[in-house]
Amino acid sequence: MGLEIAFWILAVIGIGAALAVVLLRDIFRAALCLVLSFLTIAGIYITLSADFLAAVQVLIYVGAIGILIILAIMLTRDVQRGSLSNKLRIPAFVIAILFLGAVVFAMINTPWQLAGVAPLEPTTPALAGKLFGEKGFILPVEIAAVLLLAAILGAIVLVREK
Amino acid sequence: MTILNFNLNSIQYWQTLPPDWPGEFWWHWLVFTVIIIGFVLLLVMGFIYIERRGMGRMQARLGPNRTGPFGLLQPVADAIKILLKEDIVPTKADKLVHWLAPVIAFAPVLMVFAVVPFQNGAVLADLNIGILYVVAISSVTTVGIFMAGWGSSNKYSLLGAMRSVAAVVSYEIPLVLTIASVVLIVGSLSLNQIVLAQDIPFILLQPLGFLLYFIAGCAEINRSPFDLFEADSEIVAGFHTEYSGMKFALFYLAEYAEALAISAIITTLFLAGWRGPLLPPWLWFTLKVIIVFFVMVWTRTTLPRVRIDQLMALAWKFLLPLALINLLITGIEVLTLPAALPWVMILANFAIMVLLVLLWSKFFRLGGGRVEV
Repeated sequence: MGLEIAFWILAVIGIGAALAVVLLRDIFRAALCLVLSFLTIAGIYITLSADFLAAVQVLIYVGAIGILIILAIMLTRDVQRGSLSNKLRIPAFVIAILFLGAVVFAMINTPWQLAGVAPLEPTTPALAGKLFGEKGFILPVEIAAVLLLAAILGAIVLVREK
Repeated sequence: MTILNFNLNSIQYWQTLPPDWPGEFWWHWLVFTVIIIGFVLLLVMGFIYIERRGMGRMQARLGPNRTGPFGLLQPVADAIKILLKEDIVPTKADKLVHWLAPVIAFAPVLMVFAVVPFQNGAVLADLNIGILYVVAISSVTTVGIFMAGWGSSNKYSLLGAMRSVAAVVSYEIPLVLTIASVVLIVGSLSLNQIVLAQDIPFILLQPLGFLLYFIAGCAEINRSPFDLFEADSEIVAGFHTEYSGMKFALFYLAEYAEALAISAIITTLFLAGWRGPLLPPWLWFTLKVIIVFFVMVWTRTTLPRVRIDQLMALAWKFLLPLALINLLITGIEVLTLPAALPWVMILANFAIMVLLVLLWSKFFRLGGGRVEV
């Protein structure tokens, strides 16, 4: 019961904030709404007993990506005029509706499997075992790290003065 | 992985509170929320007194000494004065953002205390991701500072906010790396477990980690000598230039509550938290927090403010490599050293700290001892 109430509050706030990100003219407020919607997603992770994931969501999406977006907005020159719409408005809307339809269709028609066992508590050792242990996902983790390093190097090469 | 649990039995001397003391879920929540808010407000008042009087002493003047005995009521007088002031909002400000900013800057700081143990088990929520929760929640404060800087539509506010984010993003990395080396030794993220594992305070096992965490923590909460975001000689008062009355009070409160939070985390991670002989645990905890804060006041009065480029260089060229080396060394020690020999680790780590700090301070030295980067 409590979980359901929490879910509906989080869901309504999250979707409201996500809509505000798209519809608001003021880019700065839109970015703040994006941060709010990230936070509600962290809240939903908590209701699903994924506490580690929730903390990482707040740390990375709110603390790093949200801040980075706001910083980028502050460095934008025409920020005062807000986000203007252009000719692509209608096509973007159509594609978004189609995408939403596809996602909803897929979600309704998937036979979701419910696990019989209770969620793991605590989750951290299990996650660590999966990510870094034997027969775990150590290779993808390392590849992701190398990919990020390559992206950082690429960014440095792009902005470096000749 | 716990290398220090050779006499965990001694912990039985301390009274362990049941996880839902005093009774039901909601009572637990209510009692601890009231305790935390009271603790934060009381200690912030104490901190303001310590800071003003202690700074006065160190600068060879008296400090506020007229209100009440020894000037003890000065923070109360300040609080009343500031609450009665007119609340001014700039005409061009983004009203909603301007109004929300102090709340968003202050709320996360209060939330940090939810996982800080005042006694064995005396904690609002003993999360098993404790320290990660602290790191995650305290990163939200930056959003509040940004909102203040932007919502005021004042160039000095914006400059302050930009400096703030540059510093916070850089200093978060050494901060988290030093926490990781503590977690490596303990093998748990829960703050209560970290305290229970400290038969020897981790300041002895992790001297370099303590140093790095202290420096990075001071920079993160913009204490002098890293108070660039509100450097009054350069950018008026930084992000809270356009704030007055109660909203300013909230920013002021948030600033000292952050100092309190960092002191409490340092106490928990490196100074064995609530543990100590004779005195009750919560008193030990409070005393240690006050001592850590006193050292912060001490550094503030001793050192001049750094420039923005020096601030960045310190984070990336000094703190980050040292934190990485510290993490590597701690990992090797946890894997190879036997559990019964903490003294080897203590001596080795002190030697390594002295060596590394001397070595890196050579890198920063240019002609005639002038510090340049």
